[in-house]
Amino acid sequence: MIKITYVEHNGREHTVGVPQGGTLMEGARDNGIPGIEADCGGACSCATCHAYIDSAWIEKLPAKQPMEADMLDFAYEPDATRSRLTCQVRVTEALNGLVLHMPERQA
Amino acid sequence: MAGIVIIGAGQAGASVAAKARVLGFSGQVTIIGDEPVAPYQRPPLSKGYLIGETNFERLLLRSPSFWSENGIDLKLGAPASAIDRFAKTVRCCDETVRYDQLVLATGSSPRRLPAQVGGQLGGVYTFRTVADANAMTAEFSPGRKLLIVGGGYIGLEAAALGAKLGLDVTLIEMAPRILQRVAAPATSDFFRALHAEHGVTILENIGLGRLIGEGRVSRALLSDGTELEVDFVIVGIGIAPRTQLASEAGLVIDNGVATDAFGRTSDPSIWAAGECASFRHGGSRIRLESVGHAIDHGELVARNIAGAAVRYKAQPWFWSDQYNAKLQIAGLNVGHDRFVVREGEGPSQSVWYYRGPQLLALDAMNDSRSYMVGKRIIETGQTILPEFVSDTSKDVKSLLSLATTITETFAA
Repeated sequence: MIKITYVEHNGREHTVGVPQGGTLMEGARDNGIPGIEADCGGACSCATCHAYIDSAWIEKLPAKQPMEADMLDFAYEPDATRSRLTCQVRVTEALNGLVLHMPERQA
Repeated sequence: MAGIVIIGAGQAGASVAAKARVLGFSGQVTIIGDEPVAPYQRPPLSKGYLIGETNFERLLLRSPSFWSENGIDLKLGAPASAIDRFAKTVRCCDETVRYDQLVLATGSSPRRLPAQVGGQLGGVYTFRTVADANAMTAEFSPGRKLLIVGGGYIGLEAAALGAKLGLDVTLIEMAPRILQRVAAPATSDFFRALHAEHGVTILENIGLGRLIGEGRVSRALLSDGTELEVDFVIVGIGIAPRTQLASEAGLVIDNGVATDAFGRTSDPSIWAAGECASFRHGGSRIRLESVGHAIDHGELVARNIAGAAVRYKAQPWFWSDQYNAKLQIAGLNVGHDRFVVREGEGPSQSVWYYRGPQLLALDAMNDSRSYMVGKRIIETGQTILPEFVSDTSKDVKSLLSLATTITETFAA
């Protein structure tokens, strides 16, 4: 299990274990953490699993695919460097300890 | 207090239950589902799941412990058999479950081929549940001959999976073109070309005569007299809302279980949500077959059970994945009188549907930016001049600032 900390917009923190190979979105869903909706279930089709990756971890993430970047551009208050669609980020050993912040709302 | 009872453990039923808890409902919540598994996502079944790209656990809508932690009682593998509106009970196997508020979230069932044309033969499948997908997994081995009946999205997605695994795939569509019921010729053309590129044979204007075989299907006779050898068949000829329980209970049925703007049926203690429910939209009574609708409509019903009295405003969106192509649809193109195409870079384009000056919907193929822009324009009740849409010298994002309400368009 990889340790991930999800911070709700109101500041409440949830530190949970997410299986390797799962996605950041699935970690939130499977632990009942509010703030990530993921209506399409992880198909990169709806942009309702947007979150901000803590600046310290940005560099460790694989780059965005063009489709993710295109969808993010229209998310609610995206940040050019910190925003990701959490369904597109697979959890690996390198992300152990990662912190991410939920937006005020999804698109 | 007997609480809320939900018949149907799909996306809509799960949404009602989860939202009721988010809203602070403290009474009993029970979901009755006829499949033996907890609520899961159906769309991936005809995409990655069938060919093993994802496993069932990852399709679950919630973690297995979510339901008990939230005091939601799941009665699974237990089809509801009758509703007694006067006693306010549901018959479920050998049990009688009492309700204060009942929600019908029974979804749809796939239309099947009649037995007279071979629909009962072995090796003939429809696609709806995880059990359906599991039953046909073993059929998907390279070189086998797959016939798909019906050129809608489910048939096209199944064709893409077949081609990806090296099957010999033929798809027949009775109408003059694939996707005729749901999309413009430009969208049909895009997908026809995509499938041709991957070696799928698409035959349009060709219906099924009948399937032939002894016990199991081995040949198909087509409407033009040709005969094909087949190893198995997938039938994707549409779905029908599951209204039997509602109809037997004497509820009004009109293209599905009829609901008002609040999601209530003709019985004030019974609601309906998702695919099984029909509601008024733009002058007609429609049903929507989509995940987005199942979630939104389910949540609306939960809010209205709590007394919110909010009216439903459908904001439909859909998607389909075939090979590496992604289709995203926003809005409903029903009743459109014209469409314009915006060409993208590479194998991408979007098709924008209008009725008069009003943008109704768009299909975006490998073009998420157009999808997001069009969706926003539609959802805010605005429109955009078709000549701006087709002008690719304009960045698609700039269309957002060019969008107007209809009155502004006429004033200009």
